[in-house]
Amino acid sequence: MNPSNGKGSIATASSSGAWKVGDVVPDQFPAGLRVLVVDDDPTCLVILEKMLRACLYAVTKCNRAEIALSLLRENKNGFDIVISDVHMPDMDGFKLLEHIGLEMDLPVIMMSADDEKNVVMKGVTHGACDYLIKPVRIEALKNIWQHVVRKRKNEWKELDQSGSLEDGDRQQKPSDEVEYSSSANEGNWKSSKKRKDEEEDIEDRDDTSTLKKPRVVWSVELHQQFVAAVNQLGIDKAVPKKILELMNVPGLTRENVASHLQKYRLYLRRLSGVSQHHSSLNNSFISAQEATFGSMSSLNGLDLQTLAVTGQLPAQSLATLQAAGLGRPTAKSGIPMPLVDQRNLFSFENPKPRFGEGQQQHLSSSKPVNLLHGIPTTMEPKQLANLHQSAQPLGNMNVQVNAHGGHSSSLLMQMGQTQSRGQILNESAGSHVPRLPSSVGHPAISNGIAGGVIGINGIGDNSRGIGYNQVRPTSSMLSFPMNHTSELASNSFPLGSTPGISNITPKGAFQDEINSEIKGSTGFGASYDIFNDLHQQKSQNWELHNVGLQFSASQNANRLQGNLDISPSVLVRQGYSSSQTSGQNRNVSDIGRAVFSGVESTQQGNTQIIGQQLNNFLVDNSVRVKAESIPDAGSQSILFPENNFGQEDLMSALLKQQQGGIAPAESEFDLDGYSIDNIPV
Amino acid sequence: MDKNHLQHQLDMKRSLLDQGYLDEQFIQLEELEDDDNPNFVEEMVTTFYANSARLLQNIEQALGSRPIDFTKLDNYMHQFKGSSSSIGATRVQKECTLFMEYCEAANAEGCIRTFRQVKQEHASLKTKLEDYFKLARQGGPSAGGQAGR
Repeated sequence: MNPSNGKGSIATASSSGAWKVGDVVPDQFPAGLRVLVVDDDPTCLVILEKMLRACLYAVTKCNRAEIALSLLRENKNGFDIVISDVHMPDMDGFKLLEHIGLEMDLPVIMMSADDEKNVVMKGVTHGACDYLIKPVRIEALKNIWQHVVRKRKNEWKELDQSGSLEDGDRQQKPSDEVEYSSSANEGNWKSSKKRKDEEEDIEDRDDTSTLKKPRVVWSVELHQQFVAAVNQLGIDKAVPKKILELMNVPGLTRENVASHLQKYRLYLRRLSGVSQHHSSLNNSFISAQEATFGSMSSLNGLDLQTLAVTGQLPAQSLATLQAAGLGRPTAKSGIPMPLVDQRNLFSFENPKPRFGEGQQQHLSSSKPVNLLHGIPTTMEPKQLANLHQSAQPLGNMNVQVNAHGGHSSSLLMQMGQTQSRGQILNESAGSHVPRLPSSVGHPAISNGIAGGVIGINGIGDNSRGIGYNQVRPTSSMLSFPMNHTSELASNSFPLGSTPGISNITPKGAFQDEINSEIKGSTGFGASYDIFNDLHQQKSQNWELHNVGLQFSASQNANRLQGNLDISPSVLVRQGYSSSQTSGQNRNVSDIGRAVFSGVESTQQGNTQIIGQQLNNFLVDNSVRVKAESIPDAGSQSILFPENNFGQEDLMSALLKQQQGGIAPAESEFDLDGYSIDNIPV
Repeated sequence: MDKNHLQHQLDMKRSLLDQGYLDEQFIQLEELEDDDNPNFVEEMVTTFYANSARLLQNIEQALGSRPIDFTKLDNYMHQFKGSSSSIGATRVQKECTLFMEYCEAANAEGCIRTFRQVKQEHASLKTKLEDYFKLARQGGPSAGGQAGR
């Protein structure tokens, strides 16, 4: 469907985020508010469209949830609000709600003829900003703009606090995706808090034009600096103020650092808690892949599946990844291994830039990359670059997950974190990406990621498109066995051969994955998409890497189970796309961010938040990495466009990785999509 | 436009409203009509009937299968109800609600019985609306829209 902008053309401009920090609402507002309405009933759909038009909104109607999601993904900043029916044949309205929340962070209004309290309550718990009973009257629709304003205001508020609002309008742009994704993810899950964080990251944002709120992009370098500062102070004593001082980055505010730190901490916590969760996670996601959205663990499994499904990931890879990610051969038992390793990865990989983080910045520029919080990100860009290059296969794999190039890296990165990340990132330009902090842990991570990625790739086949559902439950692969640290260093990291996952070429494909991953339950499917995209994109291993990373990351994030949760992947994806578009740097960060956001958002359950964090980080990191490497993403388009690119690369990377011994064991990762490896430590 | 005609149309509508065949939703739809979409309501009603026929068939089939899947029935009916509510078909909606209650109670007999009523109301409303629109069309180009206001 084509966005009906008839009436809203004016408003489009205004609604597209021209809002500045100051939250000035355009005069014509709410006219031109871009609404996406989803309902399988044709009568209702047309009537709603008519009513919304009568309210002077720019309406796009859609009768399938899947289509709606792809529309949203392709057009990250194309809509202001979504109205969806609860009962739909192809996808449950609540699931769609979750996806949107994670990936795009848009306000969603649910509607149904069912006015039973428990259903309405479900809407609330899933994050709907309103619930309308059918038949919907025009009066009810006239005021929906309030939800948009409210959300924006909250975001702005956060930005304001950080004082770095700088470009309120920056967002407009290409980075829209990034921001969007990141914010989307963020907003939803943890409660807009996370969103804040991301928004505060303005740092490497190339163009925040599309984004409505200025976001600090936690590029790899920035993240590295952050991690260095944190390490210097000691994680326990690291307070934003001191970190800020140590970092000494102009334009960065205490709030930016604070939110990033928060994420980082979660990430670290997740890493350490991952092992415990792993087992449970694994199981959960393996079996529960489709599990509820919130169950991140399932995501991991799913991610892999999706990856695999997409065809990118060869069945065996998938299996391997799964096993790897899950940490267990049967992908059932939790992946204690991976978790543990992950932790190691993170911890020692400090130097390795947290891929996720660095990337996140790029990717999600808007969202603080904090993914890597815990990860000793000292990602070194160079490392990333190296990784990227060498780890091509890995990168690809990962990237795929990341969907946009950036993602995969992040995933991988996350896994391996630091090392690979840098590598992965490096690929493209080293500009952003280098984040892969992976230096050390990379090897292992890569593997994990690779494994995960592979799985993801599988899913991501380019052709796939956003097929979320493709994810096979078995794919727990995503869980990238983060443990692979050792492996990463050398080979496993598909990303670019360098231990880091620099290859994350999350090109657009990745983004898709991420998005899907983020979704959470369907996340798996989502990640799948990301992978696809990534593959398609091309690219270089990076993509694979990213993908893997992302995937697991995101999955994990989503799953919350403790695994990385898909969120990361989601984030990655998001970041990814953005990064891709803006060019390398951006991509990476975007993806990372996306992943991160995804992770965050998926966190809904929050318990898994930690895992998510990781994922996020990973995702972001991976994504970031990719972004750099995948120049092709070049398109500024937002996340998605690149998918094609990443996917293929990712897949190959993944595959290679697998062969290369990356050992898809990513199972350790278990990151739902987020491949812990990516953890941009 | 023929004043009598318009009046006749208004009366008919009033009667439909009073008898509970239609409700406020229908009025709202008419208010949405404008020069760009002068026959919006009629188009909507046509769409509704085309779509609802399919839904009813699904329900019919589900009712015919053994054992009866009440969850499925409930879902179908839910869709149907939502659709009916969008054009303001009040009576139809009421029957739908009743049907869904029987579904919840897994009362097959109640479902079958109520379903017959649903179909009946559905068909009877269709006839009345057809008459109404015919009248509206006869009244002049914007008779339909105007009658609503």
